[in-house]
Amino acid sequence: MQKNRAVLQGTHFLSGDLACAEGALAAGCEFFGGYPITPATEIAERMAKRLPEIGGVYLQMEDEIASIAAVIGASFAGKKAMTATSGPGFSLMQENIGLAVMTEAPLVIVNIMRGGPSTGQPTMPSQQDVMQARWGSHGDYEIIALAPSSVQEMFDLTIESFNLAETYRVPVMLLADATIGHMWERVKIPPQEEIPLSWRKKPEVAPAKYKPFKPDENLVPPMACFGEGYRFHATGLTHNEEGAPATVSSEAQDRLVRRLCNKIRRNTKEIMKIEEIMLDDAEIVVLAYGITSRAALSAVRMVRKEGIKAGLLRLVTIWPFPTELVTQIAKKSRAIVVPEMNCGQLVREVERAAKTTPVLLLSKLGEEPHRPSEISSALRKAIK
Amino acid sequence: MRTEIRIAGFGGQGIIRSGLILSMAACIYGDKNAVQTQSYGPESRGGSCKSEVVIADEEIDFPLVDEPDVVVIMSQEAYHTYINTAKENASILVDSEMVTERADPPNTKIFNVPATKTAKELGKAIIANVVMLGALVSLTNLVTFEAMKEAILRNIPKGTENLNMKAFEKGYDFGKKLLKKKNVPAN
Amino acid sequence: MKKSNILQNHPFAKYLRQDRMPHIWCAGCGNGILINSFINALDELSIDLDKVVVVSGIGCIGRAAGYINVDSFHTTHGRAIAFATGVKLANPELKVVVISGDGDLFAIGGNHFIHAARRNVDIKVICANNFTYGMTGGQYSPTTPLESWTTTTPYGSIEHPFNLVHLAAASGAIYVARWTTLQVRRLKNSIKKSLQKEGFSFIEVISPCPTIYDRYNKLGTATDVMRLFKQISQVQHGYDPSKAVITKNQIMVGEFMDIEKPSYGRLLREMTIRVQEKLKGEESK
Repeated sequence: MQKNRAVLQGTHFLSGDLACAEGALAAGCEFFGGYPITPATEIAERMAKRLPEIGGVYLQMEDEIASIAAVIGASFAGKKAMTATSGPGFSLMQENIGLAVMTEAPLVIVNIMRGGPSTGQPTMPSQQDVMQARWGSHGDYEIIALAPSSVQEMFDLTIESFNLAETYRVPVMLLADATIGHMWERVKIPPQEEIPLSWRKKPEVAPAKYKPFKPDENLVPPMACFGEGYRFHATGLTHNEEGAPATVSSEAQDRLVRRLCNKIRRNTKEIMKIEEIMLDDAEIVVLAYGITSRAALSAVRMVRKEGIKAGLLRLVTIWPFPTELVTQIAKKSRAIVVPEMNCGQLVREVERAAKTTPVLLLSKLGEEPHRPSEISSALRKAIK
Repeated sequence: MRTEIRIAGFGGQGIIRSGLILSMAACIYGDKNAVQTQSYGPESRGGSCKSEVVIADEEIDFPLVDEPDVVVIMSQEAYHTYINTAKENASILVDSEMVTERADPPNTKIFNVPATKTAKELGKAIIANVVMLGALVSLTNLVTFEAMKEAILRNIPKGTENLNMKAFEKGYDFGKKLLKKKNVPAN
Repeated sequence: MKKSNILQNHPFAKYLRQDRMPHIWCAGCGNGILINSFINALDELSIDLDKVVVVSGIGCIGRAAGYINVDSFHTTHGRAIAFATGVKLANPELKVVVISGDGDLFAIGGNHFIHAARRNVDIKVICANNFTYGMTGGQYSPTTPLESWTTTTPYGSIEHPFNLVHLAAASGAIYVARWTTLQVRRLKNSIKKSLQKEGFSFIEVISPCPTIYDRYNKLGTATDVMRLFKQISQVQHGYDPSKAVITKNQIMVGEFMDIEKPSYGRLLREMTIRVQEKLKGEESK
């Protein structure tokens, strides 16, 4: 009975924020810790209404630092947990994102990106936090970030975010923007049994033999939770497999930090989701993600009618970045056009991967995402 | 086919809600695709306010309105801001009681709908948007009468069904009459 | 006897992670007494250790979480209470205890403290107050008394300190007590009491820091400081926490607050039941 309440089955007309909340519930999320912020507030509001219906916990904390700290706590207490925010709140969360990485806490952070820096443009869309998502916390680490481009994907990719978080014991970021967050579209929600869900791997050894940070073959350690009798310790300090601080051992630092990076790097192929559209014979490629990819698709269709062989590489996963794939595609292309709602962020990764193929940034800031006509003009220019 | 609709007025007129109802009529109670976007924040609480809808038979790539095929104008300020943003030959529905200063552009189909006046006659100015949605159905054929009716019923407070249906039908009939009088076919 | 044997044969061996010994604390530090009192309280209450979680922040006492043999977490600086709030609400059957220091809980983490107290989250906060940031070498903290010498108040402190028990009581804690590390039995009893109450409780433990703070301020050896605690502690249960200040000549100790108020978790559970009952009613229609 309760389980069914978590999955809002059927076809619905929802905003991106609402679809994200419903996706979280369908994924088994039972804990939300957050702080109101435009344009992500509607996620919190929906969770505040829905979580008590399924016996879950909605918690409005005193700030975003506390929000993510509580979410990490709930994750270690055994719940699937999430928070949702936008630029300023995302900045406040950075230190504890590092804590979640270091202690391998599965959780989901939704960032409905708005214009920055600072308070910026609260109701306007941007893709300005793409690099912050990758590098925002101090120290070396790898991160998983997904970029939805429709309201349906706000639902689907929230579920995917939870699945990746649980599988790899990492914080996963869903990077949407104000346009998608507030846009309304039809969402088809499948029956609960058709939604594949992942859950953290549990230890198979007796508590006395359990080493909380000893990885399995895929570099991910099985996870005991508080209250299950394993009596383990976790710390943000560099630690050994037993979880004991190892603050001056080079070997421990090297082993732990490399494993935290490698558990994502070595599993990139399993994690990565991309869409290749009309790329087979493409001479010119648009690489886009999030809301921008929809205008890009229109633009590709437009110029195809004029005989220009254009294609679209849409990144659903933006971190880890599919370097090898972009290198291969670049080899066959005359140029890559990268529309971004920032001054040029992911384009740096594209340039690195494209090697000698020219990469053209189509940068846009402010009220609205790229228009198809802006991208099609760039394509026409690039092919000349 | 892709149709872009812009609905504009001021906060409190149910502008955003109208866009949502139209979209739902198209993609939940009808067999089309639809996307709705809106102006957000303080604007929707008293100031100018707009709601934009794209309706299409095919999948909608670009979700925003570029040059609208249909414009619904419910306030003087919205008239000044948006009257010249429509495509050539666009259908423009104007709440004739709310907009008095006029400079209607050529090459557009202007329909004056006394939505607020009709709503007041029915007892509640707040349902002017529903009158307008009725007129929108008969004047544009974007969605069917039945689909719009269901979408309205889904989006209104319980106990107000009769009033809203009256407003909807009044608007719908007014649109029909307008078409006859002007002798132009619906889009 | 070898170190390992001493540890294994100790009656409280099961409460400590023996592989983490020796601990990092200085000789004469009050942290050991605090941990000892906490373990005694657990022992006397026969609490199921599998259901206890100890959370700490950063600082000398922050290492406590790593030494006590229960589920434990060492958070980022200042965030122990926020983390603990998530733990407690996600799994209400756990006893969640935050053990941290004056700098961690009341400077960088001050906001979390007052809000957790306001919400009356069922967590037990035990603060080792040594008036300084010991781990970083003795800088002034939110509790450093006026005129005290620290490495960042080389001309004497000009900041007014917090009265922690007053802050806790004013913020909404249902149980508030202060002891020095001298009153171990009373401290243990306070910890026991707080573990048996449902709601936000706060126990301040005035603790010596012989290596840094006490030395800088010429308070003598650890034993001298304990003697001082004996001389100037004044037990006054029920004393108005706003007046229970700490001066050179007096440390007011005792139980200052012991009331009942529905905890956040209780209110949440009651609300959840109401919501679900209403839904059931609608679904069965």
